[in-house]
Amino acid sequence: MLKEYLTVTSVSGPLVIVEKTKDVKYAELVEVEFSNGEIRRGKVLEISEDKALVQMFEGTMGLDVAGSKVRFLGRVQELGVSPDLLGRIFDGAGRPRDNGPQVIAQKRLDINGNPINPTSRDYPSEFIQTGISCIDGMNPLVRGQKLPIFSGSGLPHSRLAAQIGRQAKVLGKQENFAVVFAAMGITFEEADFFMRDFRNTGAIERSTLFINLANDPAIERISTPRLALTCAEYLAFELDMHVLVILIDMTFYCESLREVSAARKEIPGRRGYPGYLYTDLATLYERAGRIKGKKGSVTLLPVLTMPEDDKTHPIPDLTGYITEGQIILSRELHRKGIYPPVDVLPSLSRLKDKGIGQNKTREDHSDVLNQLFACYAKGKEARELSVILGEAALSDLDRLYLKLADEFETKFVRQSETEDRTIIQTLEIGWKLLRIIPRQELKRIREEYLSKYYSQK
Amino acid sequence: MKQQATVIKVSGPLVVASGCRGTKMYDMVRVADKKLIGEIIELKNDLAYIQVYEETSGIGPGEPVYLTNEPLSVELGPGLMGSIYDGIQRPLNVIREISGDFISRGVDVSGLDQNKKWHFIPEVKSGQKVVSGDILGIVNETALIKHKIMVPPGISGEVTEIKEGDFNVKETIARIKNNNETNDVTMSSRWSVRKSRPVKEKLSPDEPLTTGQRVIDTFFPIAKGGAACIPGPFGAGKTVTMHEIAKWSDAQIIVYVACGERGNECADLLLSFPELKDPHTGRPLLERTVIVANTSNMPVAAREASIYTGITIAEYFRDMGYSVALMADSTSRWAEALREISGRLEEMPGEEGYPAYLSSRLAEFYERAGKVICLGADSRQGALSVMGAVSPPGGDLSDPVVQATLRVVKVFWGLDDKLANARHFPAINWLTSYSLYHDNLEELLKNKISAEFADLRKQAMRLLEEEASLSEIARLVGIESLSFSDRLILEVAKSIREDFLHQNAFHEIDTYTSLAKQCRMLKIILEFYKLSKEKLKDGADFDEIVKLAVREKISRLKYIEENKLKDFDKVEEELRGSYA
Repeated sequence: MLKEYLTVTSVSGPLVIVEKTKDVKYAELVEVEFSNGEIRRGKVLEISEDKALVQMFEGTMGLDVAGSKVRFLGRVQELGVSPDLLGRIFDGAGRPRDNGPQVIAQKRLDINGNPINPTSRDYPSEFIQTGISCIDGMNPLVRGQKLPIFSGSGLPHSRLAAQIGRQAKVLGKQENFAVVFAAMGITFEEADFFMRDFRNTGAIERSTLFINLANDPAIERISTPRLALTCAEYLAFELDMHVLVILIDMTFYCESLREVSAARKEIPGRRGYPGYLYTDLATLYERAGRIKGKKGSVTLLPVLTMPEDDKTHPIPDLTGYITEGQIILSRELHRKGIYPPVDVLPSLSRLKDKGIGQNKTREDHSDVLNQLFACYAKGKEARELSVILGEAALSDLDRLYLKLADEFETKFVRQSETEDRTIIQTLEIGWKLLRIIPRQELKRIREEYLSKYYSQK
Repeated sequence: MKQQATVIKVSGPLVVASGCRGTKMYDMVRVADKKLIGEIIELKNDLAYIQVYEETSGIGPGEPVYLTNEPLSVELGPGLMGSIYDGIQRPLNVIREISGDFISRGVDVSGLDQNKKWHFIPEVKSGQKVVSGDILGIVNETALIKHKIMVPPGISGEVTEIKEGDFNVKETIARIKNNNETNDVTMSSRWSVRKSRPVKEKLSPDEPLTTGQRVIDTFFPIAKGGAACIPGPFGAGKTVTMHEIAKWSDAQIIVYVACGERGNECADLLLSFPELKDPHTGRPLLERTVIVANTSNMPVAAREASIYTGITIAEYFRDMGYSVALMADSTSRWAEALREISGRLEEMPGEEGYPAYLSSRLAEFYERAGKVICLGADSRQGALSVMGAVSPPGGDLSDPVVQATLRVVKVFWGLDDKLANARHFPAINWLTSYSLYHDNLEELLKNKISAEFADLRKQAMRLLEEEASLSEIARLVGIESLSFSDRLILEVAKSIREDFLHQNAFHEIDTYTSLAKQCRMLKIILEFYKLSKEKLKDGADFDEIVKLAVREKISRLKYIEENKLKDFDKVEEELRGSYA
């Protein structure tokens, strides 16, 4: 029988102080029984001789100091895993949300996980074809990568994430594929969009969803991505599946973290976010990867909305320092009616070089990608110039670059939500654009590829 | 582990224990039954504040703390080369054997393989007098590195016994007698990571550390024994640049500290270094490399220790007389670890929440770089160059870590977001970066490469600066209104940027350029400028000059292989012929 403490002495925000505790451990899971019989959970944030600071996962509304009972459970927060997790929808704390039965666990895993030993990691090198040109062609995704989408409010990041989830595949292989989806603080409509999309395409059968909506307790969001990643690790490294994890929206997650930090009266770092935000985000993002000798992989696609589209805001900034690149959405392109509105120039995929080329995509992929980047950048410069001075002031060459930039946006970047382009199609569009530019200007492409592809019609 | 104390408080990586009277600052301790490794960072009466290098969940008040009365130190000796360690010198491959693919807690392994036998060849004879730092003998650790076994600092006297043979790192290989005291010397020794190793004298650095990166070697060189920093926003290419330097620089030994960075990047280092060949010797790069990897999701306190672990190992090899290069990627993560611990100690924060002692800690670290005369009677020279990446929030250079670093380093490679977006790599901005080593190095470069190298560099730099101001004007009034000589400058500066400064790290030939080739490349580009300028004066047509066929050859100079530098003559000839 667990000891019950009736010694709650103070409650402030999500934090509860329990006194006269004995043998309580750091990070232990806590169960609090409210005076009306409701049971909520929390964990130990700090423990000194006879005092425990407890962070409640589901808020403290209705908690009173006199009548509440606290039990320390002697274990950390865990997720019960089994293959039955697939096809299910849970809430942000891991309870079924789809009116289904409880999952009978084969084993229970600590949701904080353990860091992957760097020597066990296998370098991600398998190209994932998403069917979206501006990703496959310019910023290719590989298995085991963590590639966030930096978006802003009102931009179609949900549609893009759903499209990637639907179309992602590895060329020439039929393998076990699963999607783990974690929603933190998004609206019902957004969540409903995903759930409907998953159901309509039948993807729900190979998906697990953890949903914490905007009106669910904010503090619960801190464990939601951890549950999802624990589930993903189990599917990938024990059931040999290739798992794509979509975390949406990381901004709300960070805000919950800030809420706890503020309640603890910690010294804040930038913009009130705790100084350990980088470390905390890293413990999530770094769980993506491949392990030598294991078939499965965890690929991570976090989505975050940048406050005021500001890339230097701490959340996108720290995320960018941890993840292997970023896909940035642009309001300007969105206004022009271009979907997906990916701002190609500041977007980046760090792991592309090992994932593309001969036998993976095509031998000229890397050169074409670099050349398109350079040309598009020049074209945008020319566009700026023509805004100031008028198009007449441009040199002939600049005019060609400008034409390339326009067509790049309308032909290469733009595609429909259901269009699934192969990588060869994407590269062909790329060459079509490059032919606008005189051959001697294409300095980033090797001679042999120029002679093979440039003159082709 | 004689003495015991008791845990009274746990808050993340910080543990407070009572009953610690008699312990010293920075002593190492073991916490709880799991024997987690920790270090004392504050003492108050009999309370010790301990930063724990491993995850502390499941630890609570009442658990024991074992005191070791020894500072956090690394084990130095044969077996370091090619190793990959976590932040406190535990070999990650051994941890993997013990705990599987995920790192679990409380794994206690020593830094060196205790059982492996190394063949020791003495260099001194019995009866010889030795002082601290003298070389007793050597072990051929890898095909590239002769590991020199030195008399540990603080010991000197007469060698009474020394033998050749196969020993492990704990067996006595020599006895040194001083007065009535006899010291047994083994091949391994321990050194506290927070204390720099002693040297006889520090020298001013005067030799270039060539990296094969054109923008660095030509425009912003670093000297052997110098310190450099490379700040930039994410995606600007810090890590790629660091990897390139680690691969191609002509340092004899590389210590790479991946401090709070990505696991997949570490995996890249680990998988590519055994396969990559050292361009100078043709042997796998791993044979001259030590890696300290503490990825961002590994415990934060060990991240704080990792750069000290790295630099202590680097100093040890410097003491043998080697030229060592240490890369720390990224020092911002180290500073953040410092901030996190400081916050838990409830210290008063300085700028941006960083502790007030941030800049003194950084200065101490970079000051451990240098060209030195090592201890020992033979006065051999060693050099330790330090390069630190800095990741300022949003790429903002007013960040306290950048500012504190700039105060102590002499080379600044400033990465630029705009260049990176246009895929101009390495995205080192040529207008804001600087190197204060030009004067130190000029003499040597003159003799080794070419007398005109320094002039070429200055000329090219001037053109790039003129380009910046001219393009400003061109933006306002249109390029057509510039004079032809100004437009020629723009053309040549563009050629310097695209054909010389831009370098593709992933192209098999372009990834490394020797100094000799760099000099010739720059010479041809500037030769084109000189000749064209003359022709323009003689009334030649500007458009024709710009469209010369030889210019395409110039743009492909970077792909000429190192062993075919004669091809440059042909291009030079063609260039001169073009104006006929």
